[in-house]
Amino acid sequence: MLQVDDIHVYYGGIHALKGISLKVKERQIVTLIGANGAGKTTTLRSIVGLVTPKSGKITFNGKEIHRLKTHEIMRLGIGISPEGRRVFPNLTVLENLELGAYHRPPQEFKKDLEWVYSLFPRLAERQKQLAGTLSGGEQQMLALGRALMSRPQLVLLDEPSLGLAPLVVEEVFETIKAINEQGSTILLVEQNAMAALHVAHYGYVLETGRIVLHGTGEGLLKDERVRKAYLGE
Amino acid sequence: MTTKIFLQQLSNGISLGSLYGLVAIGYTMVYGILRLINFAHGDLLMVAAYTAIYGITLFSLPWYVSFPLAIIITGIIGILLDKCAYKPLRDAPRISLLISAIGASFLLENLALVIIGGVPKAFPRPEVFAKVIEIGGIRIQMLTIYTPIITLILLFGLLYIVFHTKVGKAMRAASVDFETTRLMGIDLDRIIAFTFLLGSSLAAAGGVMWAMKYPQVNPFMGVIPGLKAFIAAVLGGIGNIVGAVLGGFLLGLGEILLVAFMPEMAQYRDAFAFAILILVLLFRPTGIMGEPLVDKT
Repeated sequence: MLQVDDIHVYYGGIHALKGISLKVKERQIVTLIGANGAGKTTTLRSIVGLVTPKSGKITFNGKEIHRLKTHEIMRLGIGISPEGRRVFPNLTVLENLELGAYHRPPQEFKKDLEWVYSLFPRLAERQKQLAGTLSGGEQQMLALGRALMSRPQLVLLDEPSLGLAPLVVEEVFETIKAINEQGSTILLVEQNAMAALHVAHYGYVLETGRIVLHGTGEGLLKDERVRKAYLGE
Repeated sequence: MTTKIFLQQLSNGISLGSLYGLVAIGYTMVYGILRLINFAHGDLLMVAAYTAIYGITLFSLPWYVSFPLAIIITGIIGILLDKCAYKPLRDAPRISLLISAIGASFLLENLALVIIGGVPKAFPRPEVFAKVIEIGGIRIQMLTIYTPIITLILLFGLLYIVFHTKVGKAMRAASVDFETTRLMGIDLDRIIAFTFLLGSSLAAAGGVMWAMKYPQVNPFMGVIPGLKAFIAAVLGGIGNIVGAVLGGFLLGLGEILLVAFMPEMAQYRDAFAFAILILVLLFRPTGIMGEPLVDKT
């Protein structure tokens, strides 16, 4: 479904991505793990067109997307819950969700909204509330729900567990699994390697702009290098 | 001062203030989305006034066709202004945009000077607006009555767009976060263009009414009302649409009443307005209704 082929990204003089290649197959959860500054977020930003790779290729459903503008890429069927959640604080919960559905046919809106509310009942209770007044966990639910409102084929999640209480983190990962079981393909960027590898079908380990390891979620969980470096053993 | 004169002046103040408010909306909208003081905004009053004149004199259009047409054309010129002067600088430091805005302002003024010339042109005043009526012994021109009414109608129309339509929601989203707005699949450039269309059209409506009020049109006619409207926008709280109109009313009333109560201060009218700007910036930079705006990157 998504294929990233040897992309190189530079920020000024810094070589941030040094040839990243990865594949996300339909109905999979694929995770990208690694330390801060390894290039996880930069990889996601390249996919959605917020940074342009200097070389390499990104294709989505066989179509080259690395030269398209961000809004064109998103309209092909990609939804994202960005790093730091980035809900619109000055808009209500419902308005945030409406923006998630910006380029969907209006007649589908009600059905999509009901679906998202069934995943996150809390959002339904708070729909008239300004998003800026929600708790961190609720904002993450909103960011996820907003991404799903476009009924994307591929959902990109950037650190959905960051800064949340352990109980809420668990809830978030349960939801990710549930969404996947309902048919969404997911690319999950996480620092919480343990939790990510537990839900993922396949994983890539990033280090300073390179992929150093990849394999099935289970395989990586058992890998000694992964255990040492990311799981604190 | 008699009650009569006071009421007379009050109506003048409200009328002037609503014009400031109408123009201030454009400043506040563009600032809200681009964090830019669009100094060329005031010159759109001049563009609208000339377009309206030529519609009537050159193409012999009736005023009720020529005026709305001038408003639409000025709205489109507002979009072009963004495309030429601001869009290429979207990722540049804020100061470059500001300089570009000042340059665009000089360009519009001097283009008008070269093409049309500096001799003021008389602005045609349709009978509907020029008519004077008497209410309770006060003589008021219909324009003085229509101006605040038109302003309020346009304000409510605008508020409807901003708060109850899809594109309005996208505008409010873009005012806090460009990147995430794009990530919603929204074409940000179209949202910004639409913002300029709305703001410029309102300025044009203000320009046409301003030209009817002071029917001498010249290439620099937009400078002072533009600056006054900018003050009104800051006074009301820049970024806040209702605040802009409120600031406009307060400034217009303040100016007129200052002159009414202290006729010897008449020459200091503009100084008074700028003193307000300085005081607001010193003591309450967020204005009356403004909230601290996030510094966008």
